[in-house]
Amino acid sequence: MVNVLLASLIDGLLIGFVYGIAAMGLSLIFGVMDVVNLAHGPIIALGMFGVYLLFSLLGLNPFIALILVAVMGLLFGLVMYMTAVHRVIDAPPLSSLLATFAVNMMIIGIGTSLFTTSSYNVEYSLGTVTAGPINVTGTRLAASLIALLVTAALYWFLYYTRTGKYIRAVANNRSSAELMGIPSTRILALSFGIGTMLAAIAGGLIATIFPINILAGGSYELKSFVIVVMGGLGNPLGALIGGLILGLMEGVVPVFMKTTWVPVLEFMLFIIILLVRPQGILGAKE
Amino acid sequence: MKLSRYPGLIIAVLLVVLVSLYPIITGSASARETVFTVLMSLALASSLNILLGYTGYVSFGHIVFFGLGGYVGFYTLTALHWHLLLAVLAGGAAAAGLAFALGKSILRLRGAYFALATIGVNEALRAFINNFEPFGGPVGMDMKFAIYNEYGGAMQALWIVYGGLIVITLGVIFTSYAVKKSKFGLGLMAIREDEDAAEVMGVMAPNAKTWAYVLSAIFPGLIGVLFFFKNGNIEPGDAFRLHLSIELIVMVMLGGQGTVLGPIVGGAAYQQLRKTLLTSPLFKNIQLAVAGFLLLIIVLFIPSGAVGWLRSRFATMRRVLE
Repeated sequence: MVNVLLASLIDGLLIGFVYGIAAMGLSLIFGVMDVVNLAHGPIIALGMFGVYLLFSLLGLNPFIALILVAVMGLLFGLVMYMTAVHRVIDAPPLSSLLATFAVNMMIIGIGTSLFTTSSYNVEYSLGTVTAGPINVTGTRLAASLIALLVTAALYWFLYYTRTGKYIRAVANNRSSAELMGIPSTRILALSFGIGTMLAAIAGGLIATIFPINILAGGSYELKSFVIVVMGGLGNPLGALIGGLILGLMEGVVPVFMKTTWVPVLEFMLFIIILLVRPQGILGAKE
Repeated sequence: MKLSRYPGLIIAVLLVVLVSLYPIITGSASARETVFTVLMSLALASSLNILLGYTGYVSFGHIVFFGLGGYVGFYTLTALHWHLLLAVLAGGAAAAGLAFALGKSILRLRGAYFALATIGVNEALRAFINNFEPFGGPVGMDMKFAIYNEYGGAMQALWIVYGGLIVITLGVIFTSYAVKKSKFGLGLMAIREDEDAAEVMGVMAPNAKTWAYVLSAIFPGLIGVLFFFKNGNIEPGDAFRLHLSIELIVMVMLGGQGTVLGPIVGGAAYQQLRKTLLTSPLFKNIQLAVAGFLLLIIVLFIPSGAVGWLRSRFATMRRVLE
């Protein structure tokens, strides 16, 4: 029993890191410009298919392909910001929700016609790592290490580089930041790009662990909402904590009850946190 | 009562009556099915408009009321053998009850937080019913064909359902118009513009919002029962389809949020558009992408929707269209 529990704990924790960076993208975008990106799920799916295509057509190592996917995620975000989001950034929340949802529909529409909704697999294995009673698949371990690395890089970028400080300044108070000579439009576009880049990376990592399909991003988007609310909307580092909590829940709960109860508990927790502590466990952005 | 004093209401009602009479006059079952889909969309969109358009709260989970109403009604029909009319009322009551409870809790949240919470509620309820054995769990429930015999056979039952939907649709439109023209509605619109200022002016915002939510929830509850009675079976995936919820928002936006006529025009136009795209050989596979592109254009360039645009463009329209 203890062994089973320990194994599911580790499994959950590892996947939690990946959930964390998916949610971080959503959280960063909300934190900087108060936009809930409803195209988040499809962008995660694009990341999945990016890795899949580079791996199966060009034979690229999935973890090398991930770098390309990250760059494409960044570019996609920049283009999406300039075409779909910039005009509605100061409009009521409904406009930006719908604008990003329109992008969601376009991606899903084109994606379904290209790939249908059937499942694909990235046939890549790194073997298993065994430590005492615990077996962990290599790809899962690698994915969580990369997720951790990305988180550290984001933290360094936001707190120790000039551009990162610009982003935080714009998030804090856009008009003051503009008065200080910060090019806010460019910074907003960049933040949006980083947000979608994180989503694409998360998708790419998930593709190495689980089978993928074009609609699969949707469930990770919902998970990201739960995580983001747990960690505090607009607090990217809180998202990591939220991701770990969610991963743990998904690992441990099935030991005690049927797997299908996991989403019930997740969304109950989500609503309860929204009601009693809407600023999240670590607090939202000020 | 002089009818010419209510041009906005008359136009809306006439539109709906004319469209819904067509299958009855021709007696064509296929026309009835088409009009059923259109009526259902525009009734659901109009009900959402009471919360979204008048009160300014974006609900992404409006379909939760449709699903819950459908499930409760279906259960009373099959397990308790209630009459359809009672089942429909039970569905509406269940939806209203849920909306009241939610109104007292999550309506405190504003903006994006509320929108996210409504998604959470929908997903939580769907996941819960997936595990709830009395409602059939993941496979849902089926209806025995014999049930239709109580209503004069399946053919007759379908016409009864259709008639019921017309009545509910007209009910939504009257409610929507009445709310917009009442002091209550004025309070809601004040909340939409500035909630804090509205409270200072004496609008009891928490109560007003809750009642607006309840009003907008009753109708999806009623319609859900009719839809799943006609369908013959119900599953969690069909009942709580988040996508449909968002399509409803698109319809409201297309026609013009905060207007009585807007959701009617938007609902009909959206269904027509979908049908055209689905049947055209060129767009069949990417109909979702085309619809998404149109939505983006509307949101970016005509955010007040068709009716809103007409009203702001032509002064006479402001007197005629509501």
